[in-house]
Amino acid sequence: MRLVVDLNRCQGYAQCAFLAPDVFAMHGEESLLYNPHADETHRDQVLRAATACPVQAILVDDMSDASAAAGDIAGREGPAGVR
Amino acid sequence: MSGDGALAWLRREGRIVIVGASLAGLRAAETLRKEGFTGSLTLIGDEPHEPYDRPPLSKQVLLGHATADRTALPRRLALDAHWRLGVAATGLDMAAKRVRLADGDEVEYDRLLIATGVHARPWPHKSEAELDGVFVLRTRDDAARLQRRLAASPRRVLVIGAGFTGSEIASACRERGLPVTVAERGAAPLVGALGGVIGRAAADLQREHGVDLRCGIMVTALEGDAPGRLRRAHLSDGTTIDTDVAVVSLGATRNTEWLAGSGLGAGPRGIACDAGCRAFDVRGIVTDDVFVAGDVARSPHALFGYQFLSLEHWGNAVAQAETAAHNMISSSSERRPHLWVPAFWSAQFGVNIKSVGVPSLGEEVIVAQGSLSDRRFTCVYGYQGRVIAAVAFDQTKWLEFYQRQIESAAPFPPDYPSVDRRPEGLRPVPAEFPDPSLPTHGPSVTVSGYSPTDQRITFVPAHA
Ligand SMILES: Cc1cc2nc3c(=O)[nH]c(=O)nc-3n(C[C@H](O)[C@H](O)[C@H](O)COP(=O)(O)OP(=O)(O)OC[C@H]3O[C@@H](n4cnc5c(N)ncnc54)[C@H](O)[C@@H]3O)c2cc1C
Repeated sequence: MRLVVDLNRCQGYAQCAFLAPDVFAMHGEESLLYNPHADETHRDQVLRAATACPVQAILVDDMSDASAAAGDIAGREGPAGVR
Repeated sequence: MSGDGALAWLRREGRIVIVGASLAGLRAAETLRKEGFTGSLTLIGDEPHEPYDRPPLSKQVLLGHATADRTALPRRLALDAHWRLGVAATGLDMAAKRVRLADGDEVEYDRLLIATGVHARPWPHKSEAELDGVFVLRTRDDAARLQRRLAASPRRVLVIGAGFTGSEIASACRERGLPVTVAERGAAPLVGALGGVIGRAAADLQREHGVDLRCGIMVTALEGDAPGRLRRAHLSDGTTIDTDVAVVSLGATRNTEWLAGSGLGAGPRGIACDAGCRAFDVRGIVTDDVFVAGDVARSPHALFGYQFLSLEHWGNAVAQAETAAHNMISSSSERRPHLWVPAFWSAQFGVNIKSVGVPSLGEEVIVAQGSLSDRRFTCVYGYQGRVIAAVAFDQTKWLEFYQRQIESAAPFPPDYPSVDRRPEGLRPVPAEFPDPSLPTHGPSVTVSGYSPTDQRITFVPAHA
């Protein structure tokens, strides 16, 4: 699953690093490093972290990888192009 | 058709084309759909990839915590868009409202959003730039190549230019245990963006982490061996550095070449637009159907004397894209100005750097909290007696307060004592920005022109 953290918003509360340690980690005192593509097995963890974030800085896919790719990119991009 | 009728038609079945399929392009597309646009939506991007996030490229990806090809941005809704990826827009016909593509196709629009961003300024000597071992870092593919090379344990990495990207690359290399030399033409790292006071703290930070930092110096030549591999760099002080990797971090140039001759006010410094994100044409007249957002835009900001700001900031791309998208499908009375207070972050050498406002406008700076020597502080910048910006090293919590100070044009120097009453925090000192007439390694904010009525919004293509 794809995610992004708005690090302008992030205040370093580290709730995410606590709730989803496989995806989010504090680096130094206040910097957050995260994996922008979390394994599907961590979906529940990530959603918990996103919900718990006091400043709501974590944005996740509303679609699973498969439907996002099929429904959008692959589905509409054709050799016929757009005129 | 009445104005209202035309707008209703546009929202229902108009054609919107977005050139540049990255952060700003994607966020604009999402906003258009969220606000009820049901017509046809086309995203044109020259990179073959769906929109991905760039900030992790110089951080998580170089550190090996994430892979370059897994940085795609999350999707919040089905866009039902036509994606034209891997094909560049090569021209714009404003009269016929058509975008020309590299494959010969043409795409018609009723409204156009230009979000083509910037590209890394390459090493100026072409044959040297082509040596194996010379890199830039802007795209996902750049990051994949660089990360592979770093994983192969080069003898030394030379970073040319100590702006934010260069400093983050140096930080990642040190964390990987690689010997790093940073060569910076200015007096200190980050000096163009944050000034000399914080620049000195950034220099100390780099040296403490084992960077061989050389300031006030230029790389004059890159030398390769017979098979074309980088071997050595020559510096302006006559010394040489043996190295097999050089990362050129000399700032960025706006992606506007494809608009040459289109009649749009587009040049190497970007595309000028009004506060509602509508592009100016070369005559300085605002267009009705061409909008701009993100790194490629220059727009006047009411809070900063209507100066035109070019901001290479993630948050600006998001906010401006949302405003542009809203305005594209709104009547003039419902349009909003892009009034976002500039903000960015950078993570390097274990320190979280955050900024609000426009530090490079600052004349004076005061250490309001913490201390420079602890590498944990908040600096406040003043301009003509008011607070214009604040920058924190590992003190994020203070920035919201200073953002409000900037928004309310609070007096500078602040009339309250610093919370922890450090002696160095009591007196404003010069902010020490380099002379803007001298070329630097690309500050993250450039200011040009003074007011929307100023003649300077008429473009004279200049060299960036
Ligand atoms: C390594 C790195 C680290 C960063 N770190 C930070 C950070 O820590 N904090 C921060 O605030 N900001 C950071 N940024 C800046 C941030 O990523 C940018 O502000 C943001 O990507 C701007 O988005 P954009 O959509 O305007 O432009 P871009 O992301 O540049 O996207 C423009 C897109 O348009 C495409 N394009 C160009 N010309 C054409 C054409 N003629 N036809 C079709 N497509 C075209 C480009 O290839 C590109 O895909 C970083 C940037 C980089 C490169």
